[in-house]
Amino acid sequence: MAATLLTGNVAAAWGARLARVDYIPAFPITPQTEIIETLGGWLDGGDMEGRMVTLESEHSMLTAAGAAAATGVRVFSATSSQGLLHAMEMIYTVAGWRAPFVLVNVSRGLSAPITLEADHNDVLAARDSGFLQIHCADCQEVVDGILMAYRLAEDPTVRLPVMVNLDGFYLSFTREPVNLPDPAAASEFLPPFDPGMIRFAASAPASQAVAVLGGSPYSYFRYETHLAAQRAVTVYSGIAAEFRARFGRDRGVVEAYRCDDAEVVFYMIGSFATKAREAVDRLRDAGHRVGLLRPRLLRPYPADIIADALQGVQGVAVIDQNLSMGQGGVLHTELCAALYGRPQAPVVLASFIGGLGGREIAPEEFYQMAAVTREAVATGRTPPPRLLYTEDELREIRKLQSIALVERDETSPIRERQQHTGGRDEA
Amino acid sequence: MSDIIRRMKDLPSTHLLGTGTPMCSGCGALEALHQIYDVLGEKTVFVNAAGCMTLLSAYPFTPFRGSWLYTAMASAPAGAQGVRDALDILLQQGRLPSADDLQVVVLTGDGSAYGMGMSATSGALDRDLDFIYICYDNEGYGNTGQQYSSATPHGAATATSRGSRGYPGYKKDLFSIWAAHRPSYVATVIGSEPLDLAKKIEKARDMKGPRMIIALSPCPTGWDYDPRDSVEIGKLAVKTGVWPLKEYVNGQVVHTRIPRERPPVQDYLRRQGRFSHLFQAGQEPSLVDDIQQRVDDYWKEVV
Ligand SMILES: Cc1ncc(C[n+]2csc(CCOP(=O)(O)OP(=O)(O)O)c2C)c(N)n1
Ligand code: SF4
Ligand SMILES: [Mg+2]
Repeated sequence: MAATLLTGNVAAAWGARLARVDYIPAFPITPQTEIIETLGGWLDGGDMEGRMVTLESEHSMLTAAGAAAATGVRVFSATSSQGLLHAMEMIYTVAGWRAPFVLVNVSRGLSAPITLEADHNDVLAARDSGFLQIHCADCQEVVDGILMAYRLAEDPTVRLPVMVNLDGFYLSFTREPVNLPDPAAASEFLPPFDPGMIRFAASAPASQAVAVLGGSPYSYFRYETHLAAQRAVTVYSGIAAEFRARFGRDRGVVEAYRCDDAEVVFYMIGSFATKAREAVDRLRDAGHRVGLLRPRLLRPYPADIIADALQGVQGVAVIDQNLSMGQGGVLHTELCAALYGRPQAPVVLASFIGGLGGREIAPEEFYQMAAVTREAVATGRTPPPRLLYTEDELREIRKLQSIALVERDETSPIRERQQHTGGRDEA
Repeated sequence: MSDIIRRMKDLPSTHLLGTGTPMCSGCGALEALHQIYDVLGEKTVFVNAAGCMTLLSAYPFTPFRGSWLYTAMASAPAGAQGVRDALDILLQQGRLPSADDLQVVVLTGDGSAYGMGMSATSGALDRDLDFIYICYDNEGYGNTGQQYSSATPHGAATATSRGSRGYPGYKKDLFSIWAAHRPSYVATVIGSEPLDLAKKIEKARDMKGPRMIIALSPCPTGWDYDPRDSVEIGKLAVKTGVWPLKEYVNGQVVHTRIPRERPPVQDYLRRQGRFSHLFQAGQEPSLVDDIQQRVDDYWKEVV
């Protein structure tokens, strides 16, 4: 099939359509809304079968999604940022139900301050929930990732909900050429959902999501969920191999780009990794042995596969498009935890925070992060974490602040009053 | 089960809900649920929100012969939406025989129904969801130790209104809020009036669309009285006019029991520790009068 130009959002809608989803609980939020509008249009026009219901909140949307999956239909839903946080109670809850369905998250920075553009604090806030996570770097991966996500979620040895993440604006609203799998091939790859015994029917009464009394049964179910999530690394690898055989695209657990003889490797997730890929090529042109390692599967955390890919690498520049306040980058922390104590682990894991709220990461910044990491390898000293911000940016902010201050001085009634009272506020 | 219930002797004689639950003895909510379940039967899936009744199904046991799904405090009606929609999809696709269909029943406390779950309920009503909502109303957050909720009556002492005047607010009129959505059916019931309850549940069972039930649920633990008095306190709630038994159908509110001679509300209040401060020496009588006045005003509108 020839490639079509699709935004990440429309690609996500196509993923759901090709997965022949039965049920779509929905709620609007930028930058995700185009997904549900596209699906709604197809349903209204008879291009697609299924049922879409707009709930009154994401909390309810996730409840309905989990409940429908627990009843035995194939469910798709999508959200972003504040919506994901609003639903957070149910994100944990439906994962605990072992309700298999797919939720697309279109990454967007979290309030406050409120913003629309992308970073990964939203999706990473869900990292401990039991939802598995697939992270996409381009629009093609969005379609492919959703089809694979259903296979993973519905695998009887896994049975967990899966989140497929794409970055707001950078992917959601960016048109890229996408090869849509042929519907027949997609349904061969993804057969209908078989809920097995876990469903609701009058002739087979079931109690789902019941309470437990005490720590022992609680631990039992929590461990079960954890072990199922861990099994998903192997299951995902098998699905990726099959996907490659069928569709010819590599969708492995990690993307290791020019890592083989690399001395320094960028480590990051999402669409900005395509910028890193470009930087790798430029740095290679300049004679530096640099690579990129990008996990597609972040939950379960594929520690062994990541460690293998980093064997022989001296330094890793971990680029976190998220910030755990008072701690630092989440990817950095997790990579340290995964590599600690492994004999062949890289000596330097340098931490960089960047791209928050859609802030650009410029090519020069990639070159500099590589240089800082190379330098650290040479000296054997890990640099302190860096928050990417240029002097120009700071100057721009200061400029805006001064303009706003002048405006306030000229127009504010409080200011006038203060002038009348000689600078003292009236009681 | 299709027999029409007219007299006490028509009430179901087989009891479906299992025994041995961890509810308190004398629990008025469990009393109502027993009766409701007998009428609704086992072809049901109960979608529950956090509250006392959550502990009915504790792994690996359940007193229900049918199905159960625990959700969260705020979103049981949304859980019902997901289950109902999924069942409809399965029926439509021929993947579920119609004999396997289920009545979807939300079961929550007042804390959920009057407060945290109200927006989810309103949404379900907007969408004309085909379900039954049972709110067992014990007039407080029972499971967490009976703090006041917006269903707590004026003057009641709760874990968070221990002062001499009790709870300063007034019980929210959930019946009217629900009825304002124009659902298929809204009714108030109480376990101590089993015939009235069974008639209403039967009527609800055989309708489509949103069918909303509020069951006042005397709660010995939260209301502070001897468990053996539950039925009597329930009867007094109706007789004194504190708990009107009524239903909303086709845009009309009809009272199914109009107490002609109402004993004073203090007959009801005095039986419960949560109101004892209203009768202590030195307490101004205005609180009891105020409660009486409001009940009188209510019935003045009715008759
Ligand atoms: C989001 C959330 N907040 C608080 C709680 C704690 N909680 C559990 S049960 C409950 C009381 C619920 O009150 P109600 O709906 O009246 O039911 P009851 O306990 O009286 O049976 C509360 C506050 C919770 N489970 N979830
Ligand atoms: S606290 Fe009240 S409502 Fe809860 S189980 Fe005990 S008696 Fe029933
Ligand atoms: Mg309550």
